[in-house]
Order: sequence, then C-alpha cells, then structure tokens
Amino acid sequence: MIPKALILHATGTNRDHEAAQAFELAGAQPEIVHLNQLRSGERRWADYQILALAGGFSYADALGAGRLLALDLSAYFADEVQRFVESDQPVIGICNGFQALVKAGILPGDGGQGAMPAGAAQTRAATLDFNAGGHFECRWTLLKPASQRCIWTRRMEELVYCPIAHGEGRFSVADEALLGRLAAQDQVALTYCLPDGSPAGGQYPHNPNGSSADIAGICNPAGNVLGLMPHPEDHLFDYQHPRWTRGQAGQKGLPLFINGVKYAKGLLP
Amino acid sequence: MSPKNLNIYRFVVRARRSNDPRSASYLQDAHALGIQAIQTLECQDLYFIEGQVDPAGLEHLATQVLSDPITQTVEWGRIVSAPGPQPQAGEGQVIEVALRPGVTDPVAAQVVRAARVLGIQGVAQASTGLRFLVGGELDEAGLHLLARRLLANPTIQRYALGQLEPVFPHPAEASGQVEQLPVRHLDEAGLLALSAERRAALDLAEMQAVQAYFEKEGREPTDVEIETIAQTWSEHCVHKTFRARIHIHSRQPAAGGAVINGLLKTYIRAATQQIDAPWVRSAFVDNAGIIDFDDEYEVSFKVETHNHPSAIEPFGGANTGVGGVIRDVLGVSAKPIAATDVLCFGPQDTPVESLPEGVLHPRRIQSGVVAGVQDYGNKIGIPTVNGAILYDEGYTANPLVFCGCVGLAPKDSHPRTPQPGDHVIVLGGGTGRDGLRGATFSSMTMDAQTGEVSGASVQIGDPITEKGLIEVVLRARDQKLYHAVTDCGAGGLSSAVGEMSSQVGAEIELKRVRLKYPGLAPWEIWLSEAQERMVLAVPSEHLPALQALCDIYDVELTDIGTFTGRGRLVVGYDGRTVLDLENHFLHEGIPQRQLEAIIPAPAVVESIPLPNEQDPAQTLLALLAEPNTASKAAVIRIYDHEVQGGTVVKPLTGAQNDGPSDACVLKPIGTRGRGGIVLSNGINPEYGKRDAYRMALSVVDEAMRNAVAVGADPARVALLDNFCWGDPRRPETLGSLVEAARGCYDAAVYYGAPFISGKDSLNNEYLGSDGQRHAIPPTLLISALGLIEDVRKAVTMDLKEPGNLLYLVGEFLPAAAGASRVPDLAPSSAAIYHALHRSMRYGLVRACHDLSEGGLALAAAEMCIGGRLGLALNCPDLPLFAETNGCLLAEVRPADAPAFEAAFASMANPAYRQIGLVSAEPYLAVPGAGLQVAVEKLAAAWKRTPSHSSREHL
Repeated sequence: MIPKALILHATGTNRDHEAAQAFELAGAQPEIVHLNQLRSGERRWADYQILALAGGFSYADALGAGRLLALDLSAYFADEVQRFVESDQPVIGICNGFQALVKAGILPGDGGQGAMPAGAAQTRAATLDFNAGGHFECRWTLLKPASQRCIWTRRMEELVYCPIAHGEGRFSVADEALLGRLAAQDQVALTYCLPDGSPAGGQYPHNPNGSSADIAGICNPAGNVLGLMPHPEDHLFDYQHPRWTRGQAGQKGLPLFINGVKYAKGLLP
Repeated sequence: MSPKNLNIYRFVVRARRSNDPRSASYLQDAHALGIQAIQTLECQDLYFIEGQVDPAGLEHLATQVLSDPITQTVEWGRIVSAPGPQPQAGEGQVIEVALRPGVTDPVAAQVVRAARVLGIQGVAQASTGLRFLVGGELDEAGLHLLARRLLANPTIQRYALGQLEPVFPHPAEASGQVEQLPVRHLDEAGLLALSAERRAALDLAEMQAVQAYFEKEGREPTDVEIETIAQTWSEHCVHKTFRARIHIHSRQPAAGGAVINGLLKTYIRAATQQIDAPWVRSAFVDNAGIIDFDDEYEVSFKVETHNHPSAIEPFGGANTGVGGVIRDVLGVSAKPIAATDVLCFGPQDTPVESLPEGVLHPRRIQSGVVAGVQDYGNKIGIPTVNGAILYDEGYTANPLVFCGCVGLAPKDSHPRTPQPGDHVIVLGGGTGRDGLRGATFSSMTMDAQTGEVSGASVQIGDPITEKGLIEVVLRARDQKLYHAVTDCGAGGLSSAVGEMSSQVGAEIELKRVRLKYPGLAPWEIWLSEAQERMVLAVPSEHLPALQALCDIYDVELTDIGTFTGRGRLVVGYDGRTVLDLENHFLHEGIPQRQLEAIIPAPAVVESIPLPNEQDPAQTLLALLAEPNTASKAAVIRIYDHEVQGGTVVKPLTGAQNDGPSDACVLKPIGTRGRGGIVLSNGINPEYGKRDAYRMALSVVDEAMRNAVAVGADPARVALLDNFCWGDPRRPETLGSLVEAARGCYDAAVYYGAPFISGKDSLNNEYLGSDGQRHAIPPTLLISALGLIEDVRKAVTMDLKEPGNLLYLVGEFLPAAAGASRVPDLAPSSAAIYHALHRSMRYGLVRACHDLSEGGLALAAAEMCIGGRLGLALNCPDLPLFAETNGCLLAEVRPADAPAFEAAFASMANPAYRQIGLVSAEPYLAVPGAGLQVAVEKLAAAWKRTPSHSSREHL
C-alpha cells in the first residue's frame, strides 16, 4: 500500500511543495489540498493516511503565527482532526503547521488523551513566542532526535541538519513543570544541539530562538503527532547542504519522513 | 463619527515577558536616533472593534483571537467618551499609533473573519494600532519628537499622546462625477497650466498632441481621458527620456554622433540585436525578460525600483516594490522562484541634525525597507537570494530600492493575445484610492478626524492576497483558461487594460469594479494603484473553471468588460461613456521628446586618497569593517533564502556559513536536469560619480565575473539594466546618462551578454528646505541572469584545503592615478572568463572569488574568512588594494595545476599567475608587504562583532 499524504494548504501556506516532495521521496503519495477543498467536500479526510501541516504564513501570521489556522481547524474540522490524531495516524506540523497544532491545543496534548478537547485553546499550556532575538531568522540548525515514543524520530541515530525560517519559534510554557512532564513522557522529539550532539544549552545561534530546554519539536503523548519549527523538508538532497562544496553531506531531513510513511504502512517497529 | 447604535470596543494586549524583544528593539532604535532621555519603552497591541457585541463575545474575542494566554495579557472595554484601559500609575507616558483610514490593514480584516469563524455576532469593523508606554524624562515636545522620529509615519499613520480615538472607514457619498476638461481653446500657457493642475507631467508638445487629437474628434476630453493619457504617456510607462531624441554637445562626439535617436534603441536594444542570442525568448516586450532554461522551461527576470515611496514610507514602499515585481513575473505566466534586492542608503551614522527637513533618518529608512522586503518575500514564500547594500551620502534623502524577481514557466505557456469577445477579468484585491496622484491626495487625507476614507500615496502590501493570485494564475495557465494576462501596477486598470487591448480594443464598465469602499469617482477607479490585482483575458467558456479556482484559493474575480476588435478603448460608468480613445493615438501618439546633453569629461580625482599600503594590516581591517564592504549577515538572515528548497549556493557560505558568496545558484524545484540558475549583480556609485562610461563597463564586468565565479557559463548570461539618475533635463545629467548607456552597449556586446529587460528611475533629486538640490550619484545596477549546466559543478568562495595553490586570474589593470581611477575593461577578459569556466566544468577549481572594492587584499581576506584557513601570498609587485576589472582568485589543487594552466594556454597575454598557497596556519600573510593578520581577526573586523576595534586586533 502506498499511503496518501494530505499536505494541508491554508491561505498563506508556502512550503507545501517541499513537504510534498519529501513525502514522495519517502514513499508516500502526497497531495496538496486547500482547506476550502475539504470544506466543500471536494476532498475527504478519510482518503488520506498521513496529515502534514506545511510551513508558511497562514493568514499572514495575523494575530500570532498559526492562531487563525488553529481557529479554522477547531471551527471546521475538530472531529476530523481528532479522528486522525486518535486513530494513531501519523501527523506532522512543520513551522507554521507546528504553531497551528500548538495553538489548537493538539500539541503537546498534555493530559494523555492526545486529542483536541473542547476549549483546548483556553487551557493550553505551551506556545511559540517571538524569537528571543526579536526578529525573523533564516539559518541552518542541528537537531538531535531525542524521542523513541515519537514515531517520526524513533530509532534515528543521525543528527538532522536543516534550516529554520521563522520569527515566532520560541517554545515557551506557562508552567515550567510541563517541561519535566514532556521529558518524562518522552515527548521531546527534537532538540537544538551542538555538532557533537550535546545540548545547545540555550546558546545562540545553536538554539536559534531561545526555546525552553532547547526544544525544536515535540510530539503528543501517543507519539504519532510531531510538531517542529525547523524545515527537514528543505534538506533532502546533497546540493542543499550549506557546505556541500566542502565535501560535507548527510544529516538530511528525509529519515523523518521515511519514518512517518513506514508507520502509516505499519512497517515501523 | 460612528454610525448610530454601534459601539466601539478597545482591547489592549501586553506581553507578559518583562524583556520582550519587540519593546527592546524600539528602545534601542530610540537611543540610536538620539533620544537619550527615554529610559524604558513598552510596546503593546491595540485593537478596536466597531459593532454590537455581547460581553461573552467580547471575552471570547479577547482571549481566543486577540491574545495568547501563555505570553500575553489582555484588557478590554467599551469606549464611552475617553476612558478604556488607562495606564496604571507610575507607568509613564503613553503614545498611541494607528493606521490612517484607507491604508491596507490585513490584520483588521482577519479579526473580522475570525469573529465570523468563531460565531461571534455583531462585529462590523476592526482596526489595529500600537500603544507605547514611555518611561524617562521626556516632556511633551520630547514625546512628539519620539513619535515623529520613530513610532509613527504621518504618510500612513497617525498618533496621539495618550488615548487615540479610533477611526473606521465609512462610506462617503458615491460620486460618479465626471468633469469635462476643455482643451481645444487653450493657448500654450493654458495647456501647461492644465497639465500642472492635473499633475499630468506632460510637456507642451505632449499637451499639443492631446489638443490636436480632441480637435480631430470634435469634442473636449473628460478627466478620465486626460488622466489616462497622462498615465500612459508617463516617464514610468513609456520611458520618454530613453526614447528621446538627444542633441549632444561635446568636444568629443559620442559614439552615436551628434544626435542620438533614443538611448534605448541606440544602445540597450541595439546590443541585444547585435548579439542576437538564439536563447533569448523575450527582450523588452513583456513584463519581464525571458530566456531558455532547458528543453522544458524558460526563466524570466525583472528588476524594478521603488525609490520615492521608500523614501517617505520605507516599509510600505519596499513592501509594495517587492509585490509589484513579483506580479511582473506572474504577468509572464511564470512561477516566482527567487527575489533579489539591492538597497542604497545614506550613512547609518548621519547626525540627526544634519538631515534636510522632512527626510527620515537613514537608519529608520534602512530598518523599514529591510523589514518591508522581509515581510513580503518571506510571507509570499519566495527566497530572497541575491542583493547588495550600499551607503553614500548622496542617498540620504533619496534611498534606492531595487527589487528583482525571477520566474520559471514551461516553454510557450504564456499566452499573449486577447481575442475579441474575451472577458476583461480582474483578480485579487479591491480597488481604493491607493496611490492616486501621490502626495496631493494623501495630504488631503491627513486629517483623520474627519473619518473620511482616503488613500495614502504609499500603501502597505498584502502578500497573502498576492500568494492567492499566484496559486490561481499558474493553475489557470496550466488549464489554458486565459488568452493574456498582465499585472496592475502604475496606472492601475488604465495601464493594464490599455496595454492588453492595444492591438484589439476593449469596452469597460467601471461600475462593476469591486471597491474597497464606495465614493470613488470614475477616474479614481480607473487609475487607482491598489496592489495585488491581475487582469486576464478570458473566453466565456472558461469563466466557470476560473471561478472554481478562485473559490478554492479565496481570490476575488470581477468581470469588468470585454475585449473588442474595434481598435478603441471605451470606458463607461453606469451607462455613460467616460472615455473613448483610439488605440493608435493612446499608444503611438506621444511626440518624441527633444533633449540636450553635454557629455561630461571624466572627473580627475586626485583628492581621493589611495589606500595606505604602508600599514596594510590596519588598512585591511579598516576596509573589512567599512559599512560598504562589511558583512551583511544581519540583513541576509532575516530574509528567508531557503524556501522552495532550491538554494544551492547560498548568500552566505563556507566553513561557518558566513562567507560572502559572489552570486547565488538555484536548482528550481520540479526541474528534471542538473541545470541551475545563477543570479549576480554589479553596482558602483563611487565610479558613477567620476566616469559614467567606465562605471557602466565596470558594473557589467562585475556582474559577469560574479556570475562566472560561481560557475555560470559566460556564453549564457543575460543582463538587466536599472538606471537611477537625477533630472535628465539638465544637460550634464543627461550627458552622463548617455555615457553610461554607451558603456552598457560596449560591455554587453563585448561579453555577448544581451540585455533582456530594464528600467529607469529619473529625477532622483530632493529639494531641501535649504534650497539645495540633493541628487543621488549616477547609479546603474546591472543584474545578471546566468545558467550553469550542472549545479554540482558550482564553486563557492571559501578556501577549501591547506596546500592548494591560489591563482590570480585575469589581467590586473588598475586605473592609472591622475585619471578618473575607474578601471577599463581588459581586452582579454571575455576569453579568460570562458577559460575559467571550462576549468570549472572539469572540476579543477576548488574556490573562486572576484576582486572588487578593496582589491586583491580584500578578496583574499574574504576567502580566508569563508574557509577559516590561512593564505600566504607572494606577489610583491602587485598593489594590494588597487581596484581592477576582470580579475578573480582561484584555488586549485596542486595535482590539478597543469590542467588548470592548460585551460589558459591559448591566451595571448599571460592570463593567470600563481600568487599564493592555502595554509593551515590561520593567518593571511603577505611577507613582502609586511602583512600578517589572524583569520579570526579578519572575521571579527568584517562581521563587526562587538569585540572588534580596529587597533586592538593588530
């Protein structure tokens, strides 16, 4: 079976083509679908086995990155998204997609049920704040896959090298205790790290935005939903590596997508 | 002010963090602009809602839409007369800022939409603002100064000390008014007075042509007609100066003889015709120049300027500049895949007191322009991959903002011919008074208290609306739904529909145009420069399919008329004909301008001191830290240069991703082969001041050698020209323009690099209140669009391995002292670039970097920084800092040296010499010159890291 990946396009999404390319290379059949096509019934959620919320500036980041997309998800597709999440299908939100998943209360999904409870947004415990540097930044970052619970990062040995491109990526929590719970529940999927894999320790530019506990990506308690700020879909080929002319290669983003597709096929241990 | 029965609610959103980065950045800017008394500054968000909303709805809106519960707090209330949340005691003073009514406010539109999505009833309108809590010893005058200097720009914003009263756009009386403007009886003075009154910028000969036309038609023109002719015949649209007949006065006759019949025809297009490259698909005809990419695709490129808007409203000016050039590329049915920006500003340390009255500080202009480029490019998802930033006092009152866009399209997919019967379809945003006749109108709108809806002469862009246009137009292209497409730019519909119908004719009903708000007169609808609109020629049978695409992507579609075969442009409003002009007159009727030029002799510049070769280390470190040469990473990194996943050679490169690339290499997503696109530029205002002809040669050469340095095939480079000059009615100014155009021709023909598109921005002068003219240095930007056969053969500028050899490639011919000190083109450069390219194709070159400002020493230092490796140079006879054209440094493995040298064997003159060795010792060393500097010191100076001060690192 070749799983079908729904690459969600909201008004202002712009990294959908790269996400589609990543899923195609990983062995899925991606389709970029606008929210309106799902609202009108022209496309049906049930026809897809993977859900990807791609990067970009949905609704121009008005009122905070991802917030209005989160509102759309809650208002129009609460049941469909909940079904995707609860039926243990792979879901990934990259950059703006991560922001939307957090602001919709789907991530970190604290409480264990991994679903979007009614009124989740009021009670949510985490957010993605403005970068500590105070502005948008585009630079390559090293990520350490840190969770075995997360199906997207499970058994990944190699670090991932890929760019960030955001102004609101600083993972922040209302209560520091949440950080401990996320770690204890193995929900910290990806952290910003140094070249030897050790923690960035909040140090700029390794941790590019001041995220708490160097968190670049988190998963829900069940492990099937991953959200991350950096763009693994922008490092699929050797020639994208910033130092390929110096003979450097590897640390691509593709293994994440391969994991997700394998999981959808029931092939991930 | 507000209609009866509607309340106004006010929401104030504050960051919970005490050290919120946005507030910190405002405070830093305030100090940099000389307002030292301010000690604290806290920035908050303001929202205003007009409507009838119940308390639960307000709370819902406040907590679910307007604020983030983790990082922000929110207070709200109904505005009764003045109250609402007031600053708590001890918080200091308050300045509140909001957009003027009529200025695009995409956030406000989203607030209304979000309320609808959430099912909150009664939200009629919204508006946004910022609230600043100011701490420190500022009196009222000090607060006004802070507001004017930093927080509010009167062009688009208004402010109040204390609480600001919100203003919402409310319908004014619908007008429908059309004036007759009698011209037939006017004498010369009367014609000129009419031109001035309508701000038409038409000269006597042009006004007489208008008069003759209406005498022939036997009637008087309407205001719609006069405005349309003025727009169609404007410098912006028809390039009057570049088409003018120029009478040359000079002791040495110029190449074109004593009379030049059009600079464009004589020099720019002539070069393209002379070169006659078979891979040029479109030059100077479409909205963008187009060349072949591979068997499947073609690539287009356009560079525009947005100088005056950026001077008065830096964010909005640059923002809409980027948006406009992206639409140019969409206007050739291409997918926008890369953006470029070249920016010229006044020195950032200009004393505030020295600024001419009414001029924004260069620091504020730079931060606004950079933010404007960032906002549009990042949000629309187009990587900003190449550019430059230059500083010169001449740009203080007149910054230059060049915005470029590259597009990719399947070959032969761009239809160009509207058919009679096709519908005239407008896609995109609504039409307002945006940009109408610039300053006159905006000054009428300054009084926001009237609540009148007015257009500002500069608008804020809306990249997300334009993103929707891209989604729809590209799909419509693939489904072959239209016969022609163009963008709405300067002149709005009048220009877009006018151009599209110039070979056929069209009939338009202005009443059908979708307006942002009512009350526009017909000429305003027709001329409005509202952003984010495209015009398409669509046959009836394809309208449903186009509408279906628009429904998916939330794009508005309006059918405003039909194309005809009648050779006339006819515009109606509510059944009345308000414009009826012959196409031939409108597009061919403009008389050729007659201009006088005096060719200036190149300046002899004894006064500019040569770099100090006696203390080369000090000179080098100072050069590295000089604003024009120092690292631009702080700007580059706030542009997204990775989106679309095709950036193969990035703007910053090397061992620590911080070395300055010569050019960008792109491998567009979706293309099958290994081929790539190379983008580079050349610009040198310093040379422009001294010798316009050699400046043009030099900047063409710079663009070429930058492209070649990363691996572009010199046989496949196309050029774009952008001239920014002063007032061409001054013969000396026009003379230097003539010389630059002549240089363009000579250099393009020499390199076989055709011009495919160009643009000129003239009259870049500012009359200060001191009565002084502040003119820019003559500035020519050459943008190069090159191809590379295999992106895996691209070369970056960072040194790669110790033990490799460093070659100087090219003829080292610095300009002689006593002349203009602008170097010539070396006769062998073209052949050398081809030879260098051959050696790159064989993989013989490990690193390559061009010599430009700062000469050999600066190029070598940058290569060291890029690779964090040392370099030992042995070239005692070469001046370290002299500037020359045609030269590059190339790093070659010892084993490859014979093959590399053989590539140059056929040259008449020695085209290369080995001048050094890459070393693991982290020093740039030139023993003969007494130069030895640690690479980390070079890097610290160049990156202007805080630890750097020029002396302590020696």
